[in-house]
Amino acid sequence: MTIPMQYGLLLAAILFCIGLAGVLVRRDVIFMLMSVEVMLNAAGLAFIVGGAARSSADGQVMFIFILAMAAAEVSVGLALIIQLYQKFKTLDADSASQLNG
Amino acid sequence: MSELLWLIVALPFAGSLLLAMAGKHLPRLAAAIIGVGSVALSAIVMLILGLDFLHGNPAGVPIHQTLWQWINVSGFSPGIAFHLDSVSLTFVFVITFVGALIHLYAAPFMWKDEGFARFFSYMNLFVGFMLLLVLADNFLLLYLGWEGVGLCSYLLIGFWYKDPANGYAARKAFTVTRVGDTAMVIGLFILFTTYHTLNIQDILVATPHTWAPGSTIATTTAFLLLGGAIGKSAQVPLQTWLPDAMAAPSPVSALIHAATMVTAGVYLIARTHVLFELAPVVQSAVAVIGAVTLIVAGMAAIYQHDIKKVLAYSTISQIGYMFVALGVGAWSAALFHFMIHAFFKSLLFLGAGSVIAVLHDEHNMYKMGGLWKKMPVVFWTFLVGACALSALPLITAGFYSKDEIIWQAYASDKGSITLWLTGLAGAFITALYTFRMVFLTFFGKAKAEPAYRQGMGMTLPLVVLAFLSFVGGFIQLPDNMGHVTLFSHFIQQVLPATTPTGTAVIAGLPSGHAAEWIAQLIAAIVSIAGLTLAYRLYYNKPFPAAEPVRNPIQQFFFKGWDFDLLYDKVIVQPIVFFSRIDKNDVIDQFYTGLASVAGLFNKGLAATQNGKLRWYAMALAIGAVITLTILLST
Amino acid sequence: MNILFYIAALIAIFATVRMVTGTNAVHSLLYLIVSLLSVSVIFFLLGAPFIAALEVIIYAGAIMVLFVFVIMMLNTGSGGVRKEHELLKASTWIGPGITSAILCGEMLYVLLAPAFHPMNRIEIPPAAVGALLFSKYILIVELAAFLLAAGIIGAYHLGQKPKLSHHRYLKNEEAAT
Repeated sequence: MTIPMQYGLLLAAILFCIGLAGVLVRRDVIFMLMSVEVMLNAAGLAFIVGGAARSSADGQVMFIFILAMAAAEVSVGLALIIQLYQKFKTLDADSASQLNG
Repeated sequence: MSELLWLIVALPFAGSLLLAMAGKHLPRLAAAIIGVGSVALSAIVMLILGLDFLHGNPAGVPIHQTLWQWINVSGFSPGIAFHLDSVSLTFVFVITFVGALIHLYAAPFMWKDEGFARFFSYMNLFVGFMLLLVLADNFLLLYLGWEGVGLCSYLLIGFWYKDPANGYAARKAFTVTRVGDTAMVIGLFILFTTYHTLNIQDILVATPHTWAPGSTIATTTAFLLLGGAIGKSAQVPLQTWLPDAMAAPSPVSALIHAATMVTAGVYLIARTHVLFELAPVVQSAVAVIGAVTLIVAGMAAIYQHDIKKVLAYSTISQIGYMFVALGVGAWSAALFHFMIHAFFKSLLFLGAGSVIAVLHDEHNMYKMGGLWKKMPVVFWTFLVGACALSALPLITAGFYSKDEIIWQAYASDKGSITLWLTGLAGAFITALYTFRMVFLTFFGKAKAEPAYRQGMGMTLPLVVLAFLSFVGGFIQLPDNMGHVTLFSHFIQQVLPATTPTGTAVIAGLPSGHAAEWIAQLIAAIVSIAGLTLAYRLYYNKPFPAAEPVRNPIQQFFFKGWDFDLLYDKVIVQPIVFFSRIDKNDVIDQFYTGLASVAGLFNKGLAATQNGKLRWYAMALAIGAVITLTILLST
Repeated sequence: MNILFYIAALIAIFATVRMVTGTNAVHSLLYLIVSLLSVSVIFFLLGAPFIAALEVIIYAGAIMVLFVFVIMMLNTGSGGVRKEHELLKASTWIGPGITSAILCGEMLYVLLAPAFHPMNRIEIPPAAVGALLFSKYILIVELAAFLLAAGIIGAYHLGQKPKLSHHRYLKNEEAAT
């Protein structure tokens, strides 16, 4: 009846890497932000799996913190996207490269 | 009462800090109230403390206040501590009182300037540092104030920084005084290595027991301290910065470059008088430097056409008188002249500033004229200041202060007939250039119209200062005229009295009161002669408004005896020449190579900073892969 | 019950892949929601019903609604879709794809190495989570509160429209750029 812990962690790793690929490939900042959400969610999944393997609530506590962080990150990130769009009239992340040294 | 001492210093600093932080957001009126109010409050505290000191403390026991310990390293523990005795009190009185009046004048004067709050922030900072300088109980704190006022002088000379000439003048002032300051620091090092403390009173008590009079170490130290005093007080050969410092706004010239900061050298020598008495050679050098300076600067002042430069050279020359007094051991005469000079010279600067301002920033005296009817208050107060500066006998404060110096240059045991004659020649030149200035500016045909009338804020300080330049002299009258010794008695709580020779310097001349009468008569005749000559040469003469053509000798004096040219040829150009030769030696190439390697790295690393978010994310991912790979392979 | 885990896992992977490769922002968002919902099913199966509920309410609910708002507000139109389509060529994918694949492979290698370790399906009630949250982790809870406050202020500040500057220096600067 039990599923090996590895499988849960495997799923987390795969989701994380798909999200990473999304961040690296996409130029549209909205897509990048969504991919980051996937990565955060994958990290949260890994915590839950760890917590389940040890039958402790710590994993879930960590997930709640990740959730809070994700909420803050998304609100600021979306506000930044709006600013970016107002300034550059595009959502292309590569066009906002004024910080090049 | 005496525990309020720290407030005198803290108030201007607080004002400065407030204006520096919030000045941009404050309305002008609030900035003016803070800027003027902090110094005025400081002056009020000083008056309360000073009256308390005078009445409740007839013996003049110094007030000492330690706020906290500054540093404590292996026995070296200077404190943030203040020492108030009669000498410091004289300086504090002038700094806060004259300072408050000048601040009051500056508020309407600078009203239209966009850097209004910045100006008052610097001014308050200056007052704070100057008070720190004169109240410090150890040399380290004194030196902090010393450099602090130098910094404020730099900031204020370059206040109108948009004109590169002002920035150049500021840098020149900073660099030239730095020469003297370096000498002074070395002198302080010698004091510290000998006594392992920098506490001024401790050192002054210890010096006569450890150093023999005339010994090499005493002479060296006194000489090095004299270097600092010369730089700050603009004496020959470091006087070249002060005329250029006139690029500052007129209230700054009045406060910093006439009344207070430039007299810091006088304070330093008076404060360390024990040291100078141990080094008779240096003390006579002080007198000689003062004598040379007063002639050099006086001659230069005669040929200036810029009204502020006349006053600048005049300031150098008057400080020369103070140095003569210090050099002959007439300590109280030097401080008395310092105080009176602060009154009338700041008055003259403020008057000149008013004239310049109402004539649309016109500095050239040949383009002024006939202003006495149009600006009566400025004219009459300016005239009082001019009379005091040229020491017209009996009525002006300048007569009593300067006459005392000239008399002591003759009568003191360190005085000589040469110093006396130099002083008299200086008095003649002073009267000449002063009344040349008055006649050119206020009499003759009007060449420019005043643009506006001044308000009360600007005339009140002029009137108060004129009053002080008039009556300030009566607190100290010579032996033969009433013999009032309020000031010298007060100063002699700290500084020794002058030792008279007792005999005539030259056989055949009378001594005692008879000699003093004769000397005063001669001094009076000399200054009136100077006035008369100025009247004959400059009163109501139709000068062209253009700059006069000068023959080579006049040009030489106009340029301040060509000291700038000399320094340029002897010091600046050789250094530039050698550094140009030395630019490409092996060592430099090594460092240039290092710099270019660093530059290459910079270029390589800068290329990675292309501002693309995905590029950075990719770098993160590759970093994670590499880290994980290394972890797995070990 | 195990089969539920595998199905949910496959759906999560499939939906996430579609989200990353999609060209239409709204479609991708819907795929993301599907992915999050399936992960919440997994949470439920792993004995974390509270977290599963949070995942649905906060992640798939609140945060995704924010995304919807922003996408609708900006309304980039179909031009963006076409541009994105051109970007999804093999040459753009090859570098990030290989990097992610290597990372994934390494993680799989690490995860498959140790011995079997079962995941218990003992349900941990929300009360236990809450008790732990406000005892052992109270400091982090406060830090998270700070973070959220900073997020609110930051979002408010950044979301404002740029005010018209009346200062003449700034005006000159704006004219120059």
